[in-house]
Amino acid sequence: MFLKKIATVVALTTLASSAWAGCGISEGRVSIVGNEFPAIQTVGAGAVECAGGSVTVEKNLTADHQKINVPGMQGNPAEFTSAIVANSSIVALMNNDVIRPLNDLVAKHGQGLQKSQLITIDGNIMGVAFMANAQHLVFRADILDQLGMAPPTTYEEMLVAAANIRASGLMENPVGGAYKAGWNLAEEFVNMYIGQGGEFFKPGSAEIAVNNQHGVDALHMMRALSNFMNPDFLTHDSNATSAEWKAGNVAIMNMWGSRVGPLKSDEVDPAVANNTDIAGPMTVGGGSTPASTLWWDGFTISKNISDVDAEATFIAMMHAIRPEMLNDETSPLAVWLIDGYQPTDAAKGVFAAAAMGTTPYPMLPYAGLMHSAAGSELVDFMQGKETASQALADIEAAYTTAAKEKGYL
Amino acid sequence: MKHKTFFWFFLPTALAMLLFIALPLTSIVSQSFHAPHEEVLLIAEICDPFGCKTESTIDHQATEQLKQDKPLGQWVGFEIYTDRNHLAFKEVAQFWHSRSSFTGFVSSLNNLPFYRAMGFTLTYVIVVTPLVILFGLIIALAVNSLHRHLKGLMVFFSLLPMIVTPLVGSLILFWMIDARGIVGSGLQEIFSDPNLSLKASTGLTWITLIVYGVWHSAPFAFIVFYAGLQTVPKETLESAMIDGATRFQQVMHVVVPHLAPLVAFVALIQLMDNFRVFEPIVGFSAEAHATSLSWIIWNDIGQEIRLLSSAATTSVLTIIGVVILLLPVLIKTWREFNPEK
Repeated sequence: MFLKKIATVVALTTLASSAWAGCGISEGRVSIVGNEFPAIQTVGAGAVECAGGSVTVEKNLTADHQKINVPGMQGNPAEFTSAIVANSSIVALMNNDVIRPLNDLVAKHGQGLQKSQLITIDGNIMGVAFMANAQHLVFRADILDQLGMAPPTTYEEMLVAAANIRASGLMENPVGGAYKAGWNLAEEFVNMYIGQGGEFFKPGSAEIAVNNQHGVDALHMMRALSNFMNPDFLTHDSNATSAEWKAGNVAIMNMWGSRVGPLKSDEVDPAVANNTDIAGPMTVGGGSTPASTLWWDGFTISKNISDVDAEATFIAMMHAIRPEMLNDETSPLAVWLIDGYQPTDAAKGVFAAAAMGTTPYPMLPYAGLMHSAAGSELVDFMQGKETASQALADIEAAYTTAAKEKGYL
Repeated sequence: MKHKTFFWFFLPTALAMLLFIALPLTSIVSQSFHAPHEEVLLIAEICDPFGCKTESTIDHQATEQLKQDKPLGQWVGFEIYTDRNHLAFKEVAQFWHSRSSFTGFVSSLNNLPFYRAMGFTLTYVIVVTPLVILFGLIIALAVNSLHRHLKGLMVFFSLLPMIVTPLVGSLILFWMIDARGIVGSGLQEIFSDPNLSLKASTGLTWITLIVYGVWHSAPFAFIVFYAGLQTVPKETLESAMIDGATRFQQVMHVVVPHLAPLVAFVALIQLMDNFRVFEPIVGFSAEAHATSLSWIIWNDIGQEIRLLSSAATTSVLTIIGVVILLLPVLIKTWREFNPEK
């Protein structure tokens, strides 16, 4: 008992001192912008530990991060010294030339990093990834057991399962999905289109090519799924879909790996939490590539800041993703790319996605324009107001106009 | 007032107007005539945790010089105004030539973002503005006839919808009208239709937004009319009563004519505000069913890749729209202040 107390005290003091001096920054300003899901919150909190003395650390973690990171990094000196981004959002930062190559900082302070964590463009390190993410199947084991069904491995099976659950009277709208008009809806289209085997652009050009049979099939599957969703599906983002899950209204959905942890937390009704299980992403239309995309999340360092601030930011971020930050509480939050990470049960969906050869989200300068165009042009189709090929033609027209304006075509 | 006194009196206002109105206007107008430079792409080896690939990326060195020479971008004239995501001249002409009927033409216009937004915006303006004036007047008359001890309290409560920030107000209502919210499930109960959802159909979403708009803006009209009611000449009212006018006749023939200039004022402000309807669309997540010009601007600059020229163009179009809407009221006011000799 006594020894245990001493051990705790010692541990606490070392923790406290490491929080102060352990980061090894003497001065500098650190200001982080990023998304708001739990894993990123953990990283942000880790960086804040480095605050003290003449080191200031601020974080602004919000779902609207991609609206503010570029404007907040274009000034000189930039408001944000670091942006936590994913493979889609780093593109906007690179397009606007607001992030710096990290080769010298990685050489100086990045000993613990693994080579696979480095995001490089022709050898220039533009970002450091710390976690991987993917959307995959989340299901209610009790509901599927009750009906004697195995977890679906294809979207076609998902439809059958949904019809069975509805017919059994257990749930009226058993399928969940982040189908909110805009980014989320477009993301589901990207998944489904890749699953059907489609390519978004003509090889080697910025010319869009989604108006084809793959696109039509992808859209028809999305609409078939939406028939089993809450009628308000076009207003449901990941947060709202998670709320539906926690309320026990949904039994099968395609959801982000990083969102599964909160679904199994103590705050959720144990009948739901204990029966929430995950599996790899589903395929569609007989294809072998999962209808999902692989994502990494990582940090970047602003170009328009002093070298002192850049170094301070890099050290603080490295502190936030040091191997010691992994513990029972943080490990299940994400698939960490950090050295020493032991995969937990919550990671099996993302690992399955990687093992099945899921396509990474395209890191093309103009992919974001296609995503935006799809987000606003698909809503008419999802409401049954136009045909799939009309919706796809609209995406192409909206994208082409925007891409011409931005100088890609 | 002497010219010199007027000059010094007006100077701070003029400077503020120059800084916060004239300069931004110049900026968006010039931005709307320019587009970013052509991006020079190069093929690079991009490596991430999932492996290496050769893909296109932007060649910053090559574009740097272009940007320094012409920081505004390339001059494109009215190209952005007429493109598919704005006025879409080419597409509209095509729809017109291939139309089967006039309604078919109108519904195909609905497929273009600008006209789709205009469809909702104009409906919203046309329905909300008169309703706001009507409800504002009714509330003002009702409150004005209360006992004086109750008036203060009622004025406060009537103003509440306007005090609540639009985004917060619409978010609260959004959750209440959710199929699982108090209003939403109440409606399902009343109409005994478990699948009734205010958010799932375009018509119901429009009605929700319009009801919200009236709820939010009626207090503004109310407070203006209420102030006006305090100046209604007692003598005229009394003589009307002696002449045997009913309460309704008094309102129609004495009160309303007295408030007419205020009605014009409220109409002016409301037309302008309603044309720029924005917060409820975001708050109600209604973009699948209803968009507005302001929403398009926000959407253009809120994506991963920001479309600044497109947003500037839509801003200019919004201003033109407001001017057209206000023109009749402005001409009327001008005539009143400059009677013909």
